[in-house]
Amino acid sequence: MNAATVVRKPYTPKEAVERLRHGDLGAWPVVGGLIVIAIVFQSLNEHFLSPENLTNLVMQMAATGTISLGIIMVLLLGEIDLSAGSVSGLCAAVMAILAVRQGWNPLLAVVVALAAGALVGLLHGLMFTRLRMPSFVVTLAGLMSWQGLLLYLLGSGGIINLPFDGFIAKLSDTWLPNWLAWVAITALVAVFGASGLISRRLRVAAELPVTASWWLIVKVAGLAVVLAAAVIIMSADRGVPLLLVIFGTLVVVFDLILRHTAFGRYMYAVGGNAEAARRAGISVTRIRVLAFVLSSTLAAFGGILAASRLAAVNQGSGGSDTLLMAIAAAVIGGTSLFGGRGRAYHALLGVLVIQAIGNGMFLLSVDSSVRLMVTGAVLALAVAIDSLGRRGSTT
Amino acid sequence: MISATDVSKRYGAVQALQGVSLDLRPGEVVALVGDNGAGKSTLVKVIAGAVSPDEGGLVIDGERVHISTPHDAQRLGISTVYQDLALCENLDVVANLFLGAERRKWSILSHIRMERSARDLLTSLDVRIRDIRVPVAMLSGGQRQSVAIARALIGEPRLVILDEPTAALGVEQTAQVLDLIRRLRERGLAVLLISHNLADVRAVSDRVVVLRLGRNAGEFRTADASQESIVAAITGAAA
Repeated sequence: MNAATVVRKPYTPKEAVERLRHGDLGAWPVVGGLIVIAIVFQSLNEHFLSPENLTNLVMQMAATGTISLGIIMVLLLGEIDLSAGSVSGLCAAVMAILAVRQGWNPLLAVVVALAAGALVGLLHGLMFTRLRMPSFVVTLAGLMSWQGLLLYLLGSGGIINLPFDGFIAKLSDTWLPNWLAWVAITALVAVFGASGLISRRLRVAAELPVTASWWLIVKVAGLAVVLAAAVIIMSADRGVPLLLVIFGTLVVVFDLILRHTAFGRYMYAVGGNAEAARRAGISVTRIRVLAFVLSSTLAAFGGILAASRLAAVNQGSGGSDTLLMAIAAAVIGGTSLFGGRGRAYHALLGVLVIQAIGNGMFLLSVDSSVRLMVTGAVLALAVAIDSLGRRGSTT
Repeated sequence: MISATDVSKRYGAVQALQGVSLDLRPGEVVALVGDNGAGKSTLVKVIAGAVSPDEGGLVIDGERVHISTPHDAQRLGISTVYQDLALCENLDVVANLFLGAERRKWSILSHIRMERSARDLLTSLDVRIRDIRVPVAMLSGGQRQSVAIARALIGEPRLVILDEPTAALGVEQTAQVLDLIRRLRERGLAVLLISHNLADVRAVSDRVVVLRLGRNAGEFRTADASQESIVAAITGAAA
């Protein structure tokens, strides 16, 4: 390191408080919440942190988490998608009908179901941008209509079973061999560390301020510890489930898109100040339509993952609390309801909190009424933090 | 030189502008003043491409140009900072400076190149912001105004139009922004400043152009003009 390197100074306590007042808490409240949840449930029931239970928890997470990732795309614009649950059920039914009743290649059926999801999103987006209907109403109409279409498509039987040894059911019954899991996380940590190092070098070369080098080491080491712990725990049971790998990949890919592409930058810009974005020459309409397309496509994918776990599509697919849990997960994870603030990994954190609460209470045989009340209280707390942060940033 | 010549604009029964002319030279700050309804905003919108005039138009370096959209104006080197600043408060300073004009390879943002140019630009304008990677929401009013003005320079314009840049600011921040306007002049830019505040106008402008009821009502060299003569032109007391 040459002498001219500028190291960004740490925040003084006063500035740190100022950042906190503006709601810039990052992921720490959620991580803290997860630790509290883990301690409470583990002390009440020793099975909570057992490898088997944690693996189950991770399996339950993938479908809702994927839908939640889509919800984040519209929340970033300050809009809402109430149809995600219905769309997930509908597209799962499309996939099941093509793959089972029509005997198509399962992979092709999945692709067509995703395309159907994209089409639904396109319709929502056009109704929102062209007809200027509020997104709340567009997707509320979608919530009802797509649910109706699901019931119509399933017909009188009302259920389509997926063959247990078929491609789709196998998605949720495939486990990474131990060696592959270790290779994968080693590669992940290596790529993360290398990109951090290269970016730091480039910044130093461009004479831009950099954070202290120990911070990069702490981040890489932290990631390595978390990933290694996850692999050790899950390989003590059945191994790392393919579902988790799929969900994790989606989260990482969307995080990279949002932070490092022009499209991602425009998403934040439209969510922060649509008029400013329009004046800067950004096609606000296109960004909005794309956000709805992404939301519905991810919902479709989440529906397929849920169908895979259940090995069936029935009249309840994508119904009941699927949508509410997906929205709650996005908000609990830290994505703002007011637009412009949120990250893809919030889907992962939020759904982890919700599933941990649900799973822990299930272990304690707590009634689902209590589970709903507790989840609701956590959601209210998350929105309160969001609202206070917003108030802080506008004064 | 950029000139508006014989610009007329009528909104229904209201003649907003009638045969108004305005010359803007490089390295000169021109203040456009006038009472409410004098036609300042309409003239600015014509120059910025937001409104098409009924008669007259823009002449750039002796050639008549046709501007029908704000985009046309930007392409011809005319950059406007509106009163509401149009910043995205959730994005950081670098992202706001390059909004809609991101440096990128394929579709991947070149963060480091943008931050380097942002720092160079802000340093050359002597704009001081401790951490340019915090959201704009955390900056002071004067800093936000400075960011909005700096953003107008990203496209290398010849003319920068500033609409009431000091209206919402305190004394110290107003002084900062006025310094910034002087530095725009030192860079050889033509600056058109719309302001209600005659103290600011006298502090920073080279020339004062007065509009009254949609017509040219006087033009002064700031150094030679008294406050009274400008006020008289604005109110029509001299006529």
